[in-house]
Amino acid sequence: MAGIFEMHDVSAGYGSEMVLSNIRFAVDELDFIGVIGPNGGGKTTLVKLILGLIRPMQGNIVFQNPGERNLIGYLPQVSQTDKSFPITVLEVVLSGLMSLKRGFGAYGRNDFHKAREVLALMGIAQLEKKSIGELSGGQMQRVYLARAIVASPRLLILDEPNTFVDNRFEHDLYELLRELNKKMAIVMVSHDVGTITSYVKTIACVNRNLHYHKSNIITQSQLTAYNCPIQLITHGEVPHTVLGEHNHTHHHE
Amino acid sequence: MSENILNLLNYTFFTNALLAALLASITCGIAGTYIVSRRMVFISGGITHASFGGIGIAWFMGINPVAGAAIFSILSAIGIEFVSSRSNVREDSAIGILWSLGMALGIIFIFITPGYAPNLMSYLFGSILTVGTTDLWLMTALAVFLILFFTGFYHLILFIAFDEAYARAHKAPVQLFKYLLISLVALTIVLNIRVVGIILVISFLTIPQSTANLFTHNFRNIILLSILIGIVGSVSGLLVSYYWNIPSGATIIFAFVILFALAKGFQVLMEKAMIRKQLNR
Repeated sequence: MAGIFEMHDVSAGYGSEMVLSNIRFAVDELDFIGVIGPNGGGKTTLVKLILGLIRPMQGNIVFQNPGERNLIGYLPQVSQTDKSFPITVLEVVLSGLMSLKRGFGAYGRNDFHKAREVLALMGIAQLEKKSIGELSGGQMQRVYLARAIVASPRLLILDEPNTFVDNRFEHDLYELLRELNKKMAIVMVSHDVGTITSYVKTIACVNRNLHYHKSNIITQSQLTAYNCPIQLITHGEVPHTVLGEHNHTHHHE
Repeated sequence: MSENILNLLNYTFFTNALLAALLASITCGIAGTYIVSRRMVFISGGITHASFGGIGIAWFMGINPVAGAAIFSILSAIGIEFVSSRSNVREDSAIGILWSLGMALGIIFIFITPGYAPNLMSYLFGSILTVGTTDLWLMTALAVFLILFFTGFYHLILFIAFDEAYARAHKAPVQLFKYLLISLVALTIVLNIRVVGIILVISFLTIPQSTANLFTHNFRNIILLSILIGIVGSVSGLLVSYYWNIPSGATIIFAFVILFALAKGFQVLMEKAMIRKQLNR
């Protein structure tokens, strides 16, 4: 098996409500998958399944190396975190290394070094002593991204990383992800299809079912065929490969 | 007056009270920082009032009321944590039910117990001047345990408390630690009921922390600063209580509120001064 994990006919949901049904999905090493789909279609549920936060109602998820400790790095939606929690930037980033610690013990000198290195990579080294409540939205995203990658995971999962951030950071973020993708697979959930498709390698359309599209070029008619009712909207100067050439005029109608 | 204070130190009941204030400041400073950071003030209020049921049942059965309260509050704490981990139950409603049920059980059992009924006021409002040696030993044990636990597992506690989903995704022992910590919160509450009483213990767990939080946003510093504020507030409250013969729980909480108001005023003045400095530049 070359993939990081495989989902076999997985169904999942909450209580008696099924959100995802009979999903087949696999993430290969160094893939960069954009997960798109309408709100309520099950994008976040898919993320929770991969993270092990919910269990499948049916089917199973097979990881290549189930015991591996720095398998997954995760960037949650900003709205899911508590902004007034008294924790410093450095402590947040260090916590990304927690899973590597045997017995979840204290951090060593090496850990501090790694955390500071990642903060420097994000361009926020000067913020390490600040508490997260003092940061702007973009700075906070950088801190969480630093936490997600500090352990050099094999798979990086990003849940709506482009909400609440300014355009400049968004651009930096995507460039950084392109760089990171040389070392790790990335799964990125986004509502902003137009922008992400120029960075991702493949696309997964999630709307109760999952259709894996082995290319970053997708057309409106393909989306319709995948039962994925989202509008392809492109943004100004951002380069996009969303639409096949012949569809371009059609899109602007 | 200073001579009077020195004379007071010759009385065991007063040195006991001072020690109790110190230990309460340490235990509440640590547990309260966890409570405030995780926004568990309402849960803690529920546990506090539920413990009164334990006091009543223990009184009825003729066992130590503190032991009864401890068992009862730990069970209700674990119960609330269990309920809140299932998404289909409304946590705040469950707390509300437990809150009033505990008080009702306490009153019923105390009143149906034949013979002398204990002074309810001392449980509701605390009586730091009657703290005994056993209480002090128990509080010391709790304080030592809390210090060791929060020092040894500091980063893991922060990791889990700050972002539970992230911690669970990384296979941290989230559920175990949540149960352990809520039980420690319950024990802290019960052992401090003697000092400030059921109605007021929640203030000991929140006001010093909120005051500290005005000046620092660092978990460790909030703990240390709220212990200091706890000591200043409880000792001054204790003295006022002694000289004016007012229940100590109330005077201690009042001292906390005054400290909070002073700190808030100081903070506002500092901010204004900073703005003026920047404008003049």
